[in-house]
Amino acid sequence: MSFPALTILSLLPVGAAVLMLLLPRANATLPRVTAGTLSLLILAYTLLLWLRFDSTCGTFQFEERHAWITALHVEYRLAIDGISLVMLLLTAIVIPIGIAASWRTERRPSLYFALIFLLQATMFGTFTALNFFHWFIFWELSLIPAFFLIRLWGGKRAGRAATQFLVYTMVGSVTMLLSFLAIYVATGSFDFTELAGRGAGFLPAVAANLGWPYLTPGHLALLIFAGTFLGFAVKVPLIPFHTWLPATYTEAPSGVTAILTGAMSKMGVYGFLRILLPIFAPQIRQLITPLLWLSVATIVLSAFAAFAQKDIKRIFAYSSINHLGYCLLAGFALVRTSNPALLPEQYAALSGILLQLLSHALTAATIFWFISLLEFRANGDRFLSDFGGLRRLAPVFAGLMGIALFSSLGLPGLNGFPAEFLIFKGTFPLVPWATSISVLGLLITAIFILGVIQQVFTGPLHANRANFFDLTGAERCALAPAITLMFILGIYPQLVLSALNRTVIAYMHQLRF
Amino acid sequence: MIDYRELLSLAIPQIILVVTALLLMAVDFVALRRASTATRFTTASVLGSLGCALAITQIAMTHGQANLFDGVLMGAPFVRIVQIAILTLTIATLLLAVGSSFTRHVAEYVLLVLLATAGMLFLVATHDLLVIFISIELLSLSLYILSAFNKQSRFSWEAALKYFLFGGMSAAFLLYGFSILYGLSNSTSLPEIATAIHVVSPLLIISIVSVTVGLGFKVAAAPFHFWAPDVYQAAPIPSAAFIASGSKVASFIVFFQLAAIGLAGTQGTANLGHFVRGWVPVIAIVATVSMLLGNLVAIRQRSVRRLLAYSAVAHAGYMLLALVAHNQQSLASLVYYVITYSVATIGAFAVLGVMEVQTGSDFLPELAGISRREPVLSFCLGLFLLSLAGIPPLAGFFGKFYLFVAVLQSTPGSMPLLWLVILAISTSAVSLYYYLRVLKNIYVTLPRAAAPGDGGYSGQLAIPESGERAVAVVDLDSPRAPHSGLGLTRLVAVILAGIVVLLGFFPSLIVNPILNALAN
Amino acid sequence: MLAWTIYISFLGAGAMLLLPNRAAKTGVRCLALFTATAGFGIALSAFLRHRTGEFFTVTDIDWIPALGIHYHLAADGISLSLVLLTGIVAVAGVLFSWDIDDRTNQFFAFYLLLIGAVYGVFLSYDLFLLFVFYEIVIIPKYFLIANWGSTRREYGAMKLAIYSFVGSAMVLVGLIAAFVAAGSQSMSLDYLAGSHFTAAFQLVAFPVVFIGFAILAGLWPFHTWAPTGHVAAPTAASMLLAGVVMKLGAYGCLRVAMTLFPLGLQPWSHHVLGFASWREVFAVLAVVGIIYGALVALVQRDFKFVIGYSSVSHMGFILLGLMTINLIGVSGAIIQMISHGLIAGLLFAVVGRMVYARTHTRELNALGPMNLSRLLPFAAVTFILAGMAGMGLPGFSGFVAELMIVLGAWGAFPALALCVGFGILIGIVYVWRAMQKAFFAEPDREAPPPHSLQPISLPEKLAAFLLIASSVAVGLYPQMVLNIIQPALNSPLFAGLRHGGWQ
Repeated sequence: MSFPALTILSLLPVGAAVLMLLLPRANATLPRVTAGTLSLLILAYTLLLWLRFDSTCGTFQFEERHAWITALHVEYRLAIDGISLVMLLLTAIVIPIGIAASWRTERRPSLYFALIFLLQATMFGTFTALNFFHWFIFWELSLIPAFFLIRLWGGKRAGRAATQFLVYTMVGSVTMLLSFLAIYVATGSFDFTELAGRGAGFLPAVAANLGWPYLTPGHLALLIFAGTFLGFAVKVPLIPFHTWLPATYTEAPSGVTAILTGAMSKMGVYGFLRILLPIFAPQIRQLITPLLWLSVATIVLSAFAAFAQKDIKRIFAYSSINHLGYCLLAGFALVRTSNPALLPEQYAALSGILLQLLSHALTAATIFWFISLLEFRANGDRFLSDFGGLRRLAPVFAGLMGIALFSSLGLPGLNGFPAEFLIFKGTFPLVPWATSISVLGLLITAIFILGVIQQVFTGPLHANRANFFDLTGAERCALAPAITLMFILGIYPQLVLSALNRTVIAYMHQLRF
Repeated sequence: MIDYRELLSLAIPQIILVVTALLLMAVDFVALRRASTATRFTTASVLGSLGCALAITQIAMTHGQANLFDGVLMGAPFVRIVQIAILTLTIATLLLAVGSSFTRHVAEYVLLVLLATAGMLFLVATHDLLVIFISIELLSLSLYILSAFNKQSRFSWEAALKYFLFGGMSAAFLLYGFSILYGLSNSTSLPEIATAIHVVSPLLIISIVSVTVGLGFKVAAAPFHFWAPDVYQAAPIPSAAFIASGSKVASFIVFFQLAAIGLAGTQGTANLGHFVRGWVPVIAIVATVSMLLGNLVAIRQRSVRRLLAYSAVAHAGYMLLALVAHNQQSLASLVYYVITYSVATIGAFAVLGVMEVQTGSDFLPELAGISRREPVLSFCLGLFLLSLAGIPPLAGFFGKFYLFVAVLQSTPGSMPLLWLVILAISTSAVSLYYYLRVLKNIYVTLPRAAAPGDGGYSGQLAIPESGERAVAVVDLDSPRAPHSGLGLTRLVAVILAGIVVLLGFFPSLIVNPILNALAN
Repeated sequence: MLAWTIYISFLGAGAMLLLPNRAAKTGVRCLALFTATAGFGIALSAFLRHRTGEFFTVTDIDWIPALGIHYHLAADGISLSLVLLTGIVAVAGVLFSWDIDDRTNQFFAFYLLLIGAVYGVFLSYDLFLLFVFYEIVIIPKYFLIANWGSTRREYGAMKLAIYSFVGSAMVLVGLIAAFVAAGSQSMSLDYLAGSHFTAAFQLVAFPVVFIGFAILAGLWPFHTWAPTGHVAAPTAASMLLAGVVMKLGAYGCLRVAMTLFPLGLQPWSHHVLGFASWREVFAVLAVVGIIYGALVALVQRDFKFVIGYSSVSHMGFILLGLMTINLIGVSGAIIQMISHGLIAGLLFAVVGRMVYARTHTRELNALGPMNLSRLLPFAAVTFILAGMAGMGLPGFSGFVAELMIVLGAWGAFPALALCVGFGILIGIVYVWRAMQKAFFAEPDREAPPPHSLQPISLPEKLAAFLLIASSVAVGLYPQMVLNIIQPALNSPLFAGLRHGGWQ
């Protein structure tokens, strides 16, 4: 179709941002309402794309392709397959949630929402780009609105957190850039699908074109892999590159955290799926053991860390690391073997990854939405010890937040369960030991989430919370779709999976070289 | 049979000058006894300039070659071009003297200038040792007296005494060297000397060194330059300008001719690693010392006139490179260089003259910020100094470029004289510093609160005892005679600046005629 | 028609000087703006018209027949791009100097003289003419800094002038030697490029001429004049100096040193101090410059010094790109010339004109408490954008340039490419640090509310917009410049370079 659907998708949030900046300053409600409406419109457009997505073919759709910098083999190429579609969808869902969580922003709301829309635009750009050059442009540009959102509206130590966030991510980006330039010198291409199609041909290309007297081609390829890996490992994040995350998520305003955890962290996993796995599969297999251990460490250690926290935001920051760790574990497991008998397991694992991404986006964003509501009612207090017995004063609040928390825990019937189930089903046959140890993560998660529920909602009423009021009608209406979606995805995940099946099959086929 | 008519016809320009000098002496003694010094100066200078202009016209109308008595007196296109240049510079110098009042002996002053010019005209038109010596003496003696003319300043006659003593000694050296040459060749004619001398004997070396001392003194090359700073600083402005310009032109030309024609068989080489004995290495050493000493010592100077003196030493060093190369291209480049150098120097002295009248001193701190009072003159001084530094598109840059190209071209092969060119360019780079410092003082530094005086000083210069700190000292003995010719001086400065720019943009205006003249 | 860029600028300068000191300031400024815009317009129209990138002659007149020197102006793709850059920066500089009150006509006279000479260098085809224009640049530079500058202006101006002159003296030695060695027939670029100097000659002439030009380009360790001089200079002069005049040095390196003496880049017969060729020496020096400039910028307390040292760092990229001697690396170097010209102009403008002229301080620690992001939001946003561009954020011109240079380096010096990555990182950090400290530091809550500063005027906004738009244009669509640069690099003029190991 010649209609530039994907370019329009990326431009819509930019237009929304411009609109936000042009709004008159006086009114406080106008920016919020406008932002909310615009984000829902963008969500509608994304759903439209979903509906027009052809589930029967597993190749890239809505392709737009133009020559751009011919001297560098850089093209303007946009297209999506099932994986990208999931990413676009979750971004489009998370942004309205983030805006809703930021409803009561006092300072310069127009600028705030404009930055959020810019962030959305850059994320859309990343998920639709298929040529490294402008993929990288959006990847880097996304840091700018995020930085300013954290810095200008964050907590007391926001400056340090924001700088740490920026520096870490930039280091990763620079190594990724250098690695990709090396890839270009070796293969002559910046195009993701073309590079993915080479598969095992990467190493010979390196050997042929990159002459470095001190390293064998194999080691050079590993070095390039490490560079690219670092960029994504910082973003997801993977332990031990995660140290920026707790401070950043805690100091950022909760609405921003919702977006960070809901969408931005998915950029890292998307990078794994789109770039790292197809191009560097042999290198991953060479390093599979340490990589698996890293993923297991991510899952287990972050769960333990979450358990030990007293600040609610920090708990869910670590929990976020934990949930994405499953995706990485499954991702690494995918390349472990090319045994055709295990193909169904690999399909399951990949589907699980995609579903987990969507599910976690929804759940985590909603949880942070609830946290923002908690903060507002508690005048900024967010330690576990500041709450207690809220169930009596705000039963609806407790119920809905409980649903979200249970979903995060992985309760069957809610959206967390199918995703985690698929992942475990798929990875257990592939990497049995690692999966077994990861179950520990599930257990600990269950413990601390129940702990949160118990501390916050049950027990004696905390003295300061005497005037804690329940959800207003407007809030209930706003939260309802999110909660409903959790149930729907939990009971009928096929809604999403049916669109992805072909893509999953095609992806694994390519991965099996 | 000696053809006196031919002799006379070749010497007509000099005759015109002498007649003019006598005429203006008569006018001055007879008609202007009661007039003010300024008026007398004006009349004398104008008359003198007219005489020079007439001489120029006469030279321009002469054509063809002539050679009397085996080179005693010559007429050739090249000679005529140089003579016209010398006469023009003399006119500029005389115009600088208009309206000044540093002496009451006006007619004598202009007479001496014209006589010196006549000496220069002879100097460039001869290939005979005796005539060279006589002309140099005529020139030098006039210059000694000209630099002593400011009787009210004891620094002026102190400098003149130094000049005279030093000059007398170098004249002795010159004569000694000439006599050895005569002894070795039994002739005083340069071409015959060249055919007679082939071998570099110790006696010849002594002769070469002596001649170099003598002529090196004239061109202010180191280490024979010690008279220059004092004379440049203490002589009256027109004298200093004259010494720095016209006499340089003549001296360099005669030096070149003497060496290139007279000692043609015994050059030797100054090639790096292949030194061969002869006069070329001697000149190369003198040039090197001049370039280094002139530029390095100039950095320390705080008096602009002394700075110009040391820069003259440095420029002498550059110009001596043309002798090292000793071919037609280098002669042409030498002529271009020395003419443009002289124009820039006269211009600089002209501007300095006005500024000294305004502030009473030529020390840099006294001149601070003078660009606000004299914007046009400061701009002209900027042009002159930048031309001396070798900044394009001014004439000085092309002069250096042409000179260095000629030097490198002179020896075929792998550029053995490259070391000299590198040295010259490096020291030239240093020179920008001190020229720019003068401009910085004039343009950038803020002026002092109270200027020492405006109009009230005659053209004398006040030099404090220590020579270092700048203090405007009033010589209470001097009568306060104003300088009324400042307007004309400004005009001269502007015209000279225009010439510097024009020659920078279109060097072919001079270079082509010179090359054509040399080819004939 | 292109020659008129030079003539209009010189005529404008002359007209300025003839105006009395008391002339109406606005008239002077408008005349300067008109002249600069006219030059820019001519440059732009030439850029749009000549799309092939090949050399075309603008003027060719016999000048000094005795030495075979011609007044020969010509342009190829590289020259056209740089001429366009000069036009843009010139207009922006005039706009940013709208507030100069002291001897306005003299300021703009020197400024236009400088612009005209820069146009001349880029358009010269005869090397004597190129050298003439190159030297003419020195004197206006000196006076612009010494008369209208700020910190240690007299010292900074003199240092800058002397270093430049020493550099050009070295170039003069090389040029004269080449002219004589080629038979003293002509100083035309193609004639000299085509005369086959001996390898021994080139091995000596190349470093002399290259270093001579590279001094002006800020090659480490000859760069020390640059931070001092640029900090001392007034804003418009800093923009021109760091933005365009330093590129003259790099242009000379490419156009003269590398074109005339390509054999000078060949490997030596034996290793000296671990280096095997001049190419390696200069590549390593360039990378040292990148990292050193970035590290020193990181610890500066004066805002303008940060930008001054960042210029040294960015010029290192250009020199590294030139030394890669492959099409991508050298093209990247030229794009970086354009990119840094725009970005340096913008950064100096923000620091000097928008901030310093209003706050009268450049100390980062003093600026922080002033809460500038609220008082001068336009300046803050402009600096953010300029800083992003400077650190190589994709979407701006710097990213494309650095990308291509690193690509070139990967092929030629892989180890150095990694060091460059490190340099890029430090680059990000020092920009971020400066931005944080100056604009987004914690406001001093005890201090009284700061008086409002003069808002950013229209000329400043126009100029900032012009520079940012140009950087984004090149960043998003570099092909419009690459289309004319790459054919120029493939021309027969660079044949010697190609035979010498074009990779």
